[in-house]
Amino acid sequence: MSRKIPDSEYEKTLSFRLKRWLDGTKDAFVDTVEMQEQKEFVEDDTTVINREIERQQRLYRLYDHANNWGISGFEKLYRIFCVCFCIFLVVMLLISVSYLPSYGQPENPVNNEVSQRYIENGLQETGAVNIVTGMILDYRAFDTLGESHVLFIATCTVLILLRKDKKKDEWGNDIEESDRIYEPKNDVILQTAARVLVPPIIIFGIYVILGGHIGPGGGFSGGAIIGAGLILYLNAFGFEKTERFFTGKTYKVMSVCALGCYCLAKSYSFYTGANHIESIIPLGTPGAILSSGLILILNICVGIVVGGTMYTFYVMFRKGDY
Amino acid sequence: MEIIEWIRFIIGAVFILCGLLIFMIEMVGIFRFKYVLNRMHAAAMGDTLGIGCSLIGLIIISGLNFTSLKLFCIIIFLWFSSPTSSHLITRLEVATDGERESHYSIITLEELESEKEKS
Repeated sequence: MSRKIPDSEYEKTLSFRLKRWLDGTKDAFVDTVEMQEQKEFVEDDTTVINREIERQQRLYRLYDHANNWGISGFEKLYRIFCVCFCIFLVVMLLISVSYLPSYGQPENPVNNEVSQRYIENGLQETGAVNIVTGMILDYRAFDTLGESHVLFIATCTVLILLRKDKKKDEWGNDIEESDRIYEPKNDVILQTAARVLVPPIIIFGIYVILGGHIGPGGGFSGGAIIGAGLILYLNAFGFEKTERFFTGKTYKVMSVCALGCYCLAKSYSFYTGANHIESIIPLGTPGAILSSGLILILNICVGIVVGGTMYTFYVMFRKGDY
Repeated sequence: MEIIEWIRFIIGAVFILCGLLIFMIEMVGIFRFKYVLNRMHAAAMGDTLGIGCSLIGLIIISGLNFTSLKLFCIIIFLWFSSPTSSHLITRLEVATDGERESHYSIITLEELESEKEKS
């Protein structure tokens, strides 16, 4: 650290204060604000009783319909305004509906060149046989990116609200042990069913994700299926089995990697000015599994985020930590 | 060939109608029974037998192809998952019900055997 000005002048500058604030070496409240210890707020019984009596009397006077003309008039007016407001809303909505074009006409603004282009050129431009996937993951990939981020943010919120840092709850019981006394632990029927069902469910979810650009399916539905399979496995075999391969850390790494991969894969549109210059990734033959450019990768990313989010929601609501 | 097609269609339709009838019985049971386990008995009937009959009817109408294989997989999946979930709900109900003596009585295996020996 070499400075041109001496220390006495440097202490007056803004950068010194910023540095001190960042380091945390100075407490802003020392010597500037007088701090006092909080005292317990005590009041004797008579004041409490008097206040309660006063409150009751006030309430009694307020809701005395026979003598209080204000409240009875207000209730009448309230009903009249309710009816007027409802009629106003109904009339407004009916008027606006009457301006809508009739259903199924070819000149409607819905039938414009956008949907026509999706249907006619979607297969050539995106390479996806499933036009819907081509639409949501190629033409409108930023929408889908936003949706994935919504899921991620929802998980963050649930983590903030429901995560328990302590190992013991307020009554001194171990959270691990008191985790739902009635929860199906070591249930033979459930375990046998899960042993048979979980592998097909997860394989089906992977199939739905990977076949998103060929047939019906995609990241959201496939991820939901995988999440359901994981929840079934967790219910059957407990946390000690699932935490061998899926912990909170795994979820964080997985979802951040998936979202970052999505951003990187789609950000070429930013650099080309959302111009859809010919991508370097070949589209391949439509109908093959390795085709349609980036759609397969994006589907996998979305599926990872959705599956992890489902599982994390379940774990947070059940136990609060993993 | 025409007659065989018609026979197949009629058998399939009978299966689907059986399934729908079972669903109707299930609905009546769900709304008429008073206790949880009785209601679950009615509901489980529809989830296994009703949906099984309907899907078997669809398989017969559709013939031997990939779609009927998928329908068969759906039947297997439902017949695994629905009884399992019913079992879990029943277990929870039995574990948490405070006044189960008013609905049913519990007999252990030893008591049952001793009663058998008496008679």
